[in-house]
Amino acid sequence: MSEHYNFAYLDEQTKRMIRRAILKGVAVPGYQVPFASREMPMPYGWGTGGVQVTAACLTPEDQLKVIDQGADDTTNAVSIRKFFQKTAGVAVTERTTEASVIQTRHRIPETPLTEGQILVYQVPIPEPLRFLEPRETETRRMHALEEYGLMHVKLYEDIARNGAIATAYAYPVKVEGRYVMDPSPIPKFDNPKLSNSPALQLFGAGREQRIYAIPPYTQVISLDFEDHPFEASKAPHPCDLCGDEGSYLDEVITDDQGGRMFVCSDTDHCESRREAGHTGRLSPQEDAA
Amino acid sequence: MYVAVKGGERAIDNAHAFLAEERRGDPSVPELSLAQIREQMALAVNRVMAEGSLYDPDLAALAIKQARGDLIEAIFLIRAYRTTLPRLGHSRPIDTGAMAAVRRVSATYKDLPGGQVLGPTFDYTHRLIDFALAAEGEAPEAPKAQPLGPVPRVTGFLDREGLIEAEPASDATPRDLTREPMELPADRALRLQALARGDEGFVLSLAYSSQRGYGRTHPFVGELRIGEVAVEMDIPELGFAVEIGEITVTECETVNQFMGSKTQPPQFTRGYGLVFGQSERKAISMSLVDRALRWEELGEENTGAPVQDAEFVLMHSDNIQATGFLEHIKLPHYVDFQSELELVRKMRREAMAGREAAE
Repeated sequence: MSEHYNFAYLDEQTKRMIRRAILKGVAVPGYQVPFASREMPMPYGWGTGGVQVTAACLTPEDQLKVIDQGADDTTNAVSIRKFFQKTAGVAVTERTTEASVIQTRHRIPETPLTEGQILVYQVPIPEPLRFLEPRETETRRMHALEEYGLMHVKLYEDIARNGAIATAYAYPVKVEGRYVMDPSPIPKFDNPKLSNSPALQLFGAGREQRIYAIPPYTQVISLDFEDHPFEASKAPHPCDLCGDEGSYLDEVITDDQGGRMFVCSDTDHCESRREAGHTGRLSPQEDAA
Repeated sequence: MYVAVKGGERAIDNAHAFLAEERRGDPSVPELSLAQIREQMALAVNRVMAEGSLYDPDLAALAIKQARGDLIEAIFLIRAYRTTLPRLGHSRPIDTGAMAAVRRVSATYKDLPGGQVLGPTFDYTHRLIDFALAAEGEAPEAPKAQPLGPVPRVTGFLDREGLIEAEPASDATPRDLTREPMELPADRALRLQALARGDEGFVLSLAYSSQRGYGRTHPFVGELRIGEVAVEMDIPELGFAVEIGEITVTECETVNQFMGSKTQPPQFTRGYGLVFGQSERKAISMSLVDRALRWEELGEENTGAPVQDAEFVLMHSDNIQATGFLEHIKLPHYVDFQSELELVRKMRREAMAGREAAE
């Protein structure tokens, strides 16, 4: 562990300020709490909000897992994991089940989370109403008055135009019947996992200076209409490596003749299944000998 | 057989090694020293200090070297370092009226007490490439003048006649956007803080747009001064203020027309710019934008110009935020893209099926 920096990089006062924001977020699920986000040694957009939340949550006993696009080995996940190894000296793991804190970008792990775990999301634009109303002063007022008509009109216009709600990720949700919330750019496939989770879910938006939270066992509903119910969709294939029919898939282009394969986006999930003997269409064949 | 992409860690390490090599360039060319950057790239150093919000020429020079001359990257390095520094206290407000100015010009008076002092300016140079500089000769020695002592402010002359709006001194502690989240509406002190560390190019373009008619404010440069000011700090144990150093700043005060209102007779109004180092373009731009943002308190019309929109200006002036969010789109987004792929495929299938059914 580097001696030049405080545990988990941030000074204790800053961590305290962030923890206060987190506690407020937990007390008011789905409400975006302003916080004095710091400049971090990685750029805005690289997960500075998530990193600050993780830094404020970490203890020396924690086991940290970092994923980006569901994978532990994507470059930015590697970079953030290294950052905390260096500045906090915490143990790291790729196993969802072993991790006490998981920082993620764009996915929720396939393995169901358990009590005591913290899932930290990196959030680019925390405001679900931002693309309907660019002004922060306006959107804060709309949240305060629970004025979400604009969002329903937008979803309705989608249906009128396209026959379906044309939002595939960062699909808006309503938390505990009150705040409309942006779940960060996770695919809508992951939305059902937000609800009633035993884990604490924290969202950090560094550049936009907002923190929000979904406490354990909180109801989270994806916005929809009775005649156009929400549908968690994914590519209609099993994983070509582990054969899982139910996990979210990455599409990998294998040649320039239209060849492609589908593999689990959650690398830990896929590896665990393969270790347990599951195979897929493109699994290496066992030697006959 | 497909193997999931692995090796992110090694790729990162190798990329960093490659970067370090490229930073150094051809090793047969002598390496730049920090002193060379600090002394000979002084305006770049000034910009990095101004937008990095940290006055330390040596550190700014190091950041420029580390960033391979990419000033926004250098500013980012300074910001990330600055945020780790403990806050020991705060200084007294600097007194720019007591500045030892190396440059002081007014566009509103032909001559005035203290005089017009050009100082080291590009203003009247002919922009001809000076090939003699390529020969690395010594610069001719400039004639020396007595440094300019404290000189009165142009706005002070106008103030005495009551021709310019009063700006009463206040002991209120200004808000600090580096320690608390930006809240809107932002008062003038907070707006000025954001503009002082805002991107020079962005602030320049906003100011320029106001000159071209998008939120016009009729500015005159009442005074532009550059020089050293003392930084003093109250030491509670001593019971008096102690000078802890000197910094160079550029200050611009614009004088703007104001037609008056029901309650106030016509008078001039102020725009203000203050920037670390010699950064004239930035200081002038800042004062124009500051003035344009004051339309509401002065009862002027909101013409919908970008420069009048405090939320638009303040939320987009920080180049570290802007460049981070802009460049992050090169990070992997394949999970989201995959979900859009599936959605588009599904919608196309349904559209095709609908068309076939209709035929």
